[in-house]
Amino acid sequence: MPRVPLPSPPHRLLAGRLGPWWQLFFRYGPPRWTLYMRHNWAGGRLVIAVPYLWLLLFFLIPFIIVFKISFSEVRLAMPPYAPLLQWASEKVVDVHLNLGNYLFLLTDDLYISAYLYSVKVAAISTLFCLLIAYPMAYAMARSSPATRNLYLMLIILPFWTSFLLRVYAWIGLLKNNGVINNTLMALGVIDEPITMMQTDFAVFIGIVYSYLPFMILPLYSNLEKHDFTLLEAAADLGAGPIRSFLRITLPLSMPGIVAGSLLVFIPAVGEYVIPSLLGSTDQLMIGRVLSDEFFANRDWPVASAVAIAMLVLLMIPIMVFQRFQARELAGAK
Amino acid sequence: MMKKGRHWFSKTGLWFGLAFLYVPIISMIVFSFNNSRLVTVWDAANSPTLKWYGELLRNEQILGAAWLSIRIAAMTASGAVILGTLAGLVLARFGPFRGRALLSGMTTAPLVMPEVITGLSMLLLFVALEQLIGWPEGRDITTITIAHITFAMAYVTIVVQSRLAGFDQSLEEAALDLGARPAKVFFRITLPLIVPAIMSGWLLAFTLSWDDVVISQFVAGPGSTTLPMVIFSKVRLGVSPDVNALASIMVLIVAIGVVASAIWMRRQERRRDREMQMAAAANK
Repeated sequence: MPRVPLPSPPHRLLAGRLGPWWQLFFRYGPPRWTLYMRHNWAGGRLVIAVPYLWLLLFFLIPFIIVFKISFSEVRLAMPPYAPLLQWASEKVVDVHLNLGNYLFLLTDDLYISAYLYSVKVAAISTLFCLLIAYPMAYAMARSSPATRNLYLMLIILPFWTSFLLRVYAWIGLLKNNGVINNTLMALGVIDEPITMMQTDFAVFIGIVYSYLPFMILPLYSNLEKHDFTLLEAAADLGAGPIRSFLRITLPLSMPGIVAGSLLVFIPAVGEYVIPSLLGSTDQLMIGRVLSDEFFANRDWPVASAVAIAMLVLLMIPIMVFQRFQARELAGAK
Repeated sequence: MMKKGRHWFSKTGLWFGLAFLYVPIISMIVFSFNNSRLVTVWDAANSPTLKWYGELLRNEQILGAAWLSIRIAAMTASGAVILGTLAGLVLARFGPFRGRALLSGMTTAPLVMPEVITGLSMLLLFVALEQLIGWPEGRDITTITIAHITFAMAYVTIVVQSRLAGFDQSLEEAALDLGARPAKVFFRITLPLIVPAIMSGWLLAFTLSWDDVVISQFVAGPGSTTLPMVIFSKVRLGVSPDVNALASIMVLIVAIGVVASAIWMRRQERRRDREMQMAAAANK
């Protein structure tokens, strides 16, 4: 029988996984879930394709565009950036690869200090989040199932209310004639109001407050699975509570600590709303710098370069987070 | 033996933490009944008053923005639930396939991606698309919804995937062995099992969209100002009493919703447990 030569590449792309397309009609094999889905069921491919294409188009490709624009030059037009590739003549493509935006980030003090400040703020807030969340998660894990659910609901409820409004609530508490200062002055503790708004302290409070549930929930779901008889055994063998905590509970809860910390740290680095509402205008965080470049200066290429630099900075934490997430989901089986 | 009073430290921590979570919200609600325009200075003579609630209901800008936000959030939630359920099903049930790692990466990355980056990248995509194929023309409710669906579906995916991972595949396999088509298996077995996950995914996506300000700011056009954008520009100038009233209404709605859904979920779980037990008893 003569062999039919393989057709053109687009067809081969399809044929590579499906077999020749007509085999779809014949290869309806035994109805097994994974087998069916993986090899034989055209509907299965559709089920994969729909979310896949959506995410490719609206999540992955945008990053490629940001990457591309970060190398172009700013210009006064709409859109305000020069194309990378230009047809210089009939067949010559002129590539305008401009590294100037990245050099600009490195040479202008504003950006470096904004990056360092963002990392510092995020790290300190994450630490405080952990210190507050750990005892809470631990107490929840050790209480009876009925009260556990109640606590869980109380922790989750603020998360469902508007993030923006919860940050806003702190303005009323922290400002000079706000609730905290008024109360302290009425009690006679202080004579002059303490300046708390537009300080680092306010930003820490805002981040810790908004992200606390994201720290508590992974910690709780880890601590809940602990076998607390281990602690009893340690106590029987003469270990004090601090020692058995450090030697047993803490190491066992490491996955929860890492997951929770990353869930707080990564978004906190790029946080925009909290520093805009509570923080000072002297020292900007990088999220604010990005949006100022974009909206106020209309310098899209530099804004893109800032975004790419932030992504590079966060790449490792994001990848670690994804590994933990995947392991967690695999563990659920 | 463990003593009863052993966990006083963590118990205190829990109560301290809960107070930390609730004091700002409660203070916001209390001051929404304050007569004074200074918000945090209690005007004892004329308070409590419902004045700010009345003012809120007469504020056309806020009402219009709220209606726009509700429409966007409802469309986002529905779109995100469809795409997220498909993605969750694929990740939990389809076994290994080429490109699975990429899909799984693309569904977890939005969970932690700083919003400014997502917003910027979405806007640049829309601009590039408009240049390339002429769609979308300008930025409006459609672009906001697409951007919201993209980040909200990640949450739905995680919820659905972890729910599916908690269930044995044997029911689905049995149905397939008995000759049911995969689509039928999905609608008759898998879908009913994950209805609670889908519902909480819908609510989650709705809330995320309803709440989002940063991404909306990037992808919104001049005629499409959502409620969080209105609030954000208002509170940047400081506290304002009608925002307190608005916040109180939202907290009340959310509280009712969370409590009701918790009760409903527990009832569902109980009924399922009972049915499982009855099925087990019938098989003996």
